[in-house]
Amino acid sequence: MIVGMTNKSVDVIKGKMTFGNQLIDNLTTLFTSYDMTGILLNSIKISALTVIGTLIVSSMAAYGFQIHTSPAREKIYNVMLLSMMIPFAALMIPLFRLIVKFGLLNKHSGLILTSIASVFIIFFFRQSSKSFPLEIIQAARVDGAGEFRIFFTIFMPSMKSTYAAAAIYSFMTSWNAYLWPLIVLQTDEKKTVTLLISSMSSAYTPQYGVIMTAIVIATLPIIIVFFTFQKHFVQGMLGSIKQ
Amino acid sequence: MSGATSSRSFARSNNLYGWLFISLAVILLAAFLLYPIIYSLYLSTTSSKGVVQKFVGFNNYIRLVKDPMFLLALKNTFILFLIQVPIMLFLALILASILNDKTIKFRGLFRTGIFLPAVTSLVAYTILFKMMFALDGIVNTALMKLHIIQEPIPWLLDPFWSKVTMIIALTWRWTGYNMIFYLSGLQNISDEIYEASEIDGASKIQQFLYITIPILKPLIVFTSIMSTIGTLQLFDEPMNLAQAGVTSATTGPGNSLLTLSVYIYNLCFKYMPDFGYAATVSYVIVFIVAILTVIQFKVAGDNN
Repeated sequence: MIVGMTNKSVDVIKGKMTFGNQLIDNLTTLFTSYDMTGILLNSIKISALTVIGTLIVSSMAAYGFQIHTSPAREKIYNVMLLSMMIPFAALMIPLFRLIVKFGLLNKHSGLILTSIASVFIIFFFRQSSKSFPLEIIQAARVDGAGEFRIFFTIFMPSMKSTYAAAAIYSFMTSWNAYLWPLIVLQTDEKKTVTLLISSMSSAYTPQYGVIMTAIVIATLPIIIVFFTFQKHFVQGMLGSIKQ
Repeated sequence: MSGATSSRSFARSNNLYGWLFISLAVILLAAFLLYPIIYSLYLSTTSSKGVVQKFVGFNNYIRLVKDPMFLLALKNTFILFLIQVPIMLFLALILASILNDKTIKFRGLFRTGIFLPAVTSLVAYTILFKMMFALDGIVNTALMKLHIIQEPIPWLLDPFWSKVTMIIALTWRWTGYNMIFYLSGLQNISDEIYEASEIDGASKIQQFLYITIPILKPLIVFTSIMSTIGTLQLFDEPMNLAQAGVTSATTGPGNSLLTLSVYIYNLCFKYMPDFGYAATVSYVIVFIVAILTVIQFKVAGDNN
């Protein structure tokens, strides 16, 4: 991949394994022929907002499920889990009409808003917070701490590694998302890196060197994030499954 | 007693705040998950050409049976499901039990290496595979240099080979992902069981068949259900592996890569939009997933 980035289109296809001298050319093409800067910023903005939103909403829900369970709430939780089985294809059409109706088509907010609530992440947080001792909450309340203060100053810091794992997971999902962004974002200047790569490769004469460069740029953040938080990620995943 | 009252008021305030904390997620999920699920069930009984939408009852479901494109998409999806999922899960199981062996050197390195594909973007890896498996791509070049084949294999130009390429690509991407689940399960098995069975003269294969698989059964069911759902809604890979991607008239040579999800997309955004019929196809996926899940639970003999 990295070798391909430095070569010409013809050589990339042939699988040339030596470094070429096309890196600068490929980068220039990428940033001049396509609006790479803007598109990268789009991707970063969408992913960052989605991750922040998902973490807050999902961990709050998990906390809510955790501090007190009533039969009704258990039922809601079970319905949520069941809905994980519904393929996205079945939601796609009503969702599309919904955002058209709200005027969110071709807007980043439409994409972010619909991606924030994730059953998987709620499930993930709930599984990991099962070991969180309720006594601490009770003690904090006796000391007069408000509910939100308990959540932000006690619950959140103690769940750091779960937050890290959930953040990586939702960042990856959002950064790599293809189908839903393809439907929502319709003009070029709104597109994400993933969409750009896809449309570049379906051109009549794909410039493989340039595509390779784009793929490397698109993959790098994920690999970096993954290696930085690898311990948390695998531990977090394992922790949630072990239940 | 004061202890009892305080714990009761504790429970009550917990209850109120509990609802408060989950309300945000519930509202979002109701709007963007529950409502779409129900609405698309309703849509599946309507026919909408352009803006006119009328109730047609079960006509859409009858239309399915006579729709050659739908049947082709169904067939393609099932071929992929029946061949790819077992290969991948079996491979993941074997890799997990090998990498669980504490005597292996560079265990962590191998684990990371095998898991790494699972973090790459679906679109990016598919395009890489498309380049590698091109007619004059790196795979054909290598195979010809090694004198395994004389003529280049038309990986992406032939209906049969394009499916093979897709299976290879899917397996590369998802095996490591499933392996992580199995590895986590294996960590709950104590080494003593394996040591004891070794003393009793059990071979590695016997250990795998009679210890590893039974203990991992719940996880195997879980991963096979997740893979079923994943395979039935394959979209990114066929769309990008097919020669000209989104703009092309067919998906892969002779529509060999047309999956159900791609067909739904085509029905909505490529042909004359018919959301009602597309919703019907999407509910077919829901029904198939439900049926296959039940079967998988039954096969596993799990009553939960």
